[in-house]
Amino acid sequence: MIEATLRLPRGAFTLDVAIALPARGVSALFGPSGCGKTTLLRCLAGLERAPGGRVVVDGEAWQDDAAGVFVPPHRRAVGVVFQEASLFEHLGVRANVEFGWKRLAPSERRVSIDDAIACTGIAPLLQRSTAGLSGGERQRVAIARALAVSPRVLLMDEPLAALDAARKNEILPAIERLNTLSGITIIYVSHAISEVARIADHVVLMDAGRTIAAGPVAELLSRLDLPLPPGEDAGVVLQGEVGAIDAEWQLARLDVPGAAFWTRDPALPVGHRIRLRVLARDVSLSLVAQPDSSIVNQVQATVEAMADDAHASQVLVRLRAGGSALLARVTRRSAHALALAPGQRVWAMVKSVALLD
Amino acid sequence: MDWAADLQAVALTLKLAFVVTALLLALGTPLAWWLAHTRSRWKAPLAAFIALPLVLPPTVLGFYLLMLMGPHGWVGEATRALGIGLLPFSFGGLVIASMLYSMPFVVQPIQTAFEAVGARPLEAAATLRAGPWQRFAFVALPLARRGVVTAAVLGFAHTVGEFGVVLMIGGNIPGATRVISTQLYSHVEALEYPAAHRLAAVLLVFSFAVLLWVYRLNPRGAQLAATAPDAAAHP
Repeated sequence: MIEATLRLPRGAFTLDVAIALPARGVSALFGPSGCGKTTLLRCLAGLERAPGGRVVVDGEAWQDDAAGVFVPPHRRAVGVVFQEASLFEHLGVRANVEFGWKRLAPSERRVSIDDAIACTGIAPLLQRSTAGLSGGERQRVAIARALAVSPRVLLMDEPLAALDAARKNEILPAIERLNTLSGITIIYVSHAISEVARIADHVVLMDAGRTIAAGPVAELLSRLDLPLPPGEDAGVVLQGEVGAIDAEWQLARLDVPGAAFWTRDPALPVGHRIRLRVLARDVSLSLVAQPDSSIVNQVQATVEAMADDAHASQVLVRLRAGGSALLARVTRRSAHALALAPGQRVWAMVKSVALLD
Repeated sequence: MDWAADLQAVALTLKLAFVVTALLLALGTPLAWWLAHTRSRWKAPLAAFIALPLVLPPTVLGFYLLMLMGPHGWVGEATRALGIGLLPFSFGGLVIASMLYSMPFVVQPIQTAFEAVGARPLEAAATLRAGPWQRFAFVALPLARRGVVTAAVLGFAHTVGEFGVVLMIGGNIPGATRVISTQLYSHVEALEYPAAHRLAAVLLVFSFAVLLWVYRLNPRGAQLAATAPDAAAHP
């Protein structure tokens, strides 16, 4: 468990948070630019000190000003990946990766250099100097370097923000592999909902220096009462596994609690854990099942709540299908015509789902 | 022709320049570090004080040092009380005067280099288990190495080329305080023009070679150090 109570005036806003994050998996600090996410991360790393603050990681106080405790950054079991890779330009790639690792006592080296290199796929770069690396390569070296200090908590400050889409797709798998390494908690700062949907297990939503909401990613992203990005990005995250393969038609059935979706066969074995993103714009509603439709993914669900969407002509509808929540976007006129209301049984017609990992 | 006296002056000049450069690097590096990172209100006054020799006539500096270190100055009284004797007209006095005179040429390139390194590499190092001394020794100093080399070369060359301060504080005592520039002055006063030519040419070639090297190494650093008093601009 990572607990932090911090208050720090910062010009335009005051960081004022009291958070508790699970000690496993990926927690995302999510919110618009300038909402205090980076300042919070810097306080966790010890690079900034909020007077009177408190940071406790797995019961160990990193900062407890009431008791006069402040552990300096170089004594915290923390790894940081900054927005820019911030590699040491006077050292080669291998020396960069080994910089923190060689400062650890051998007993502290839970992540080996080889693991850090393999996980980030930088083996071909080891003999290079840092000067000729691409942006994506630099960031992967930075991740390997932070990982090699065997951090209890790995802090990532928008590590993909400065990269283009192709480079992002180079890095995200590395971060997902990190997640599977035992014992490392990742705290990931982002203002991109697509990154959060893809890698986060737990989300803290921030705005203007405060936390607005926190919870598991599937639950949080399906809430209608939060200032989540509306419009094209509204949607839910569902977690489940590959349930069946239809080899004849190259299709796979992805099972999530309370629903199942047929999609293109992703060449994953049955039972493989998967994460899906279903955008509200890809879900339409019907009062009866449509057996003659080309849409095969039809899920029976109950309307839980409705809220205004970004455009006045549309509403977002929150649905409950067993253990899963869905969002649907329909026009206000359709909602009126179907007389949608909380508690009503409907069929969600899902046109497409995106497999995230 | 007095070759021996010339060689003695060259040897003394080199000795002075080496001692002054070594002491200035030892003293100027922490000072430059402090200036590059402090937000103290003493930063501007101290930076201006260090830069004074860039604008003051060397005779002014030499005059005040003579007063301070002389028998009636408080430094002079202190050195006498400590049993060191008086510093003016000694090699020790020359070292102290030269350090003050060459200080901006050492401090400013290092300060500029530290400022160009910025906070981020040091923060990254801090999150990689490096304590303050390790961050300084293994990150800041290697990243600022061009600035340090520039500082050493400029400090050395500037000490070799000084005249006014040397004359004020050192006099012109053969073997103790007579350096190349004052030896040259003696030659001219004695109308020994061929000897003067010889020394002048040595200094000219040496100075050009040093500057050529510095500009090749780090054109910006050299320009900054050789121009405005507070030339510590950001990159």
